[in-house]
Amino acid sequence: MIEERSLISKLWNWLNILLIIMLTIVCILPVWYTLVVSISDRSVVAAGEVFLLPKSITLSSYETIMGESQFFKSFFISVQRVVYGSMITFFVVLLMAYPLSKTSKDFKYRNIIMWLLIFCMLFNGGLVPWYMTMKSIGMINNIWGLVLGGGLPVFNVILVMNFFRNLPKEMEESALMDGAGPWRILFGIFLPLSTPVLATVLVFTIVGHWNEFFQALVLMTKNENYPLQSYIRQVTANVDLSKMDAESVKRLTSLSNQTLNAAKIFISMLPLLIIYPFFQKYFVKGITLGSVKG
Amino acid sequence: MLNRSSYKHYFIMLLPGLVWLFFFNLLPMYGILMSFKDFNPGLGIFKSEWIGFANFEYMFQIDDSKRVFRNTIFIAVLKMIGNLIVPLVFALMLNEVKNRLFTRTVQTIVYLPHFLSWVIVAGIMLDIFSYNGPINQLLMNFGSEPMLFFANEKLFPWMVVLSDVWKEFGFAAIIFFAALTSINPEMYEAAAIDGASQFKRLLSITLPSVLPVAILLGTLSLGNILNAGFDQIFNLYNPAVYSTGDIIDTWVYRAGLLDMQYGLATAVGLLKSVVGLILISISYTLAYRFANYRIF
Repeated sequence: MIEERSLISKLWNWLNILLIIMLTIVCILPVWYTLVVSISDRSVVAAGEVFLLPKSITLSSYETIMGESQFFKSFFISVQRVVYGSMITFFVVLLMAYPLSKTSKDFKYRNIIMWLLIFCMLFNGGLVPWYMTMKSIGMINNIWGLVLGGGLPVFNVILVMNFFRNLPKEMEESALMDGAGPWRILFGIFLPLSTPVLATVLVFTIVGHWNEFFQALVLMTKNENYPLQSYIRQVTANVDLSKMDAESVKRLTSLSNQTLNAAKIFISMLPLLIIYPFFQKYFVKGITLGSVKG
Repeated sequence: MLNRSSYKHYFIMLLPGLVWLFFFNLLPMYGILMSFKDFNPGLGIFKSEWIGFANFEYMFQIDDSKRVFRNTIFIAVLKMIGNLIVPLVFALMLNEVKNRLFTRTVQTIVYLPHFLSWVIVAGIMLDIFSYNGPINQLLMNFGSEPMLFFANEKLFPWMVVLSDVWKEFGFAAIIFFAALTSINPEMYEAAAIDGASQFKRLLSITLPSVLPVAILLGTLSLGNILNAGFDQIFNLYNPAVYSTGDIIDTWVYRAGLLDMQYGLATAVGLLKSVVGLILISISYTLAYRFANYRIF
């Protein structure tokens, strides 16, 4: 190990660590602030007295949420969407990636299909045509519009396909010798070896579906069909403050239930905050695999 | 070597994905025709009257479109720069710290904002920067007037860039961490023996090994020059900042789905898609030529 002895370099290292700690704090501060607001008393928050530490701690916001059936309805829609969406994505991506991982010699339509996928990944008709299509195929107020509406996750297919292509060829060849068909090879050999990349796809899909709000805003005409993020957006949306005088701004902010909103926001981010550290070693590997492939 | 009988199985495997692709990616492309038509919802896309490029001509005449293109590029370019440099510098800083537990903990924490939706982040940001939020309380303690950060047209684009960099810098640094850990530690030891200072080692070993990655990422991000981040701006903006904060995607949403100017909104969206496709193709070609980078 290299030892640094000079004073300047020691000073520099401490400064560096200090800066890193500050940046790290800045990353969790907004989350912490939300938690603090959500458990503080409403009037204290409205008076602008709460920042780093909660004041007059109360769980009344969380109790209020218990009584709001729309919050739970939306929460459940989000869960449903994540479950359907990630299961479908997982199997579709897995199945597609296998034939596409063949060379064009082994599967001569491979390149045509590949170009079709790439084209669809890079080009789209835009928002209005998408909306018209969704409407005409019955995706309005339909949970399947949320699950499938984003289109085929081409990037994930490519990620898994690249992973398959880097697996040792010999394994597949010997399995073929033993008479295994494509399904046996995919599920018996490729699937168990592909945990890192499949976990990456899974976590990206879960995060994507949980956090998506816009498609739902467009496709769901009834608020009761909103998933959680669209619901949250509705209660926290930015109002045009510029046209108001200072007094009405103050009145408005004291009217809107800041602590309740904070509690809703906090609950809605909790699931992802809990799961992402467990997936960390996978998505770090998955990203590295996907993007530095030479 | 593989026999043709595998083909049947391959197609069965591809089928679910291709059906999905057909209905949700390809079918919407048919709607592009709307940009060349005087779209009448009563008649449908097929029967509406052809008007050639009238929608596009109109688009180039109105001030709105110039404004949204300018805003989009301005915000997107600043984000590209910020999201390249900040993660790089952060990765270099963290690389200087040798305590594994510390670096691991820091990494986990800085990845966190990436997993929050823009709905949530915007909700929190608007709260923290609100008229009587903590930032303004702080400013008032120093005797300055409270500011409406997200309702000020001068500040808005910068707040957008800043909050985006805040959200993504940690996650974007992953790729640099990977490049840094692949440097052979013997190089540092050899350099130290030769008397190179810590700063000198950073300059002549660390930096040259991550620079290619940075250049590659920069090149790839060129394709995003028309993507200023719809999810973010849609949740942060309000009519007071349309002049500097309204971007192509937000404008298309309002024009197309709220004001029902279907033809015009489709035309603007199409222009964006085509330019985007060209830019991405160029950036990928460059990345392939100079860094031998291929996505498939």
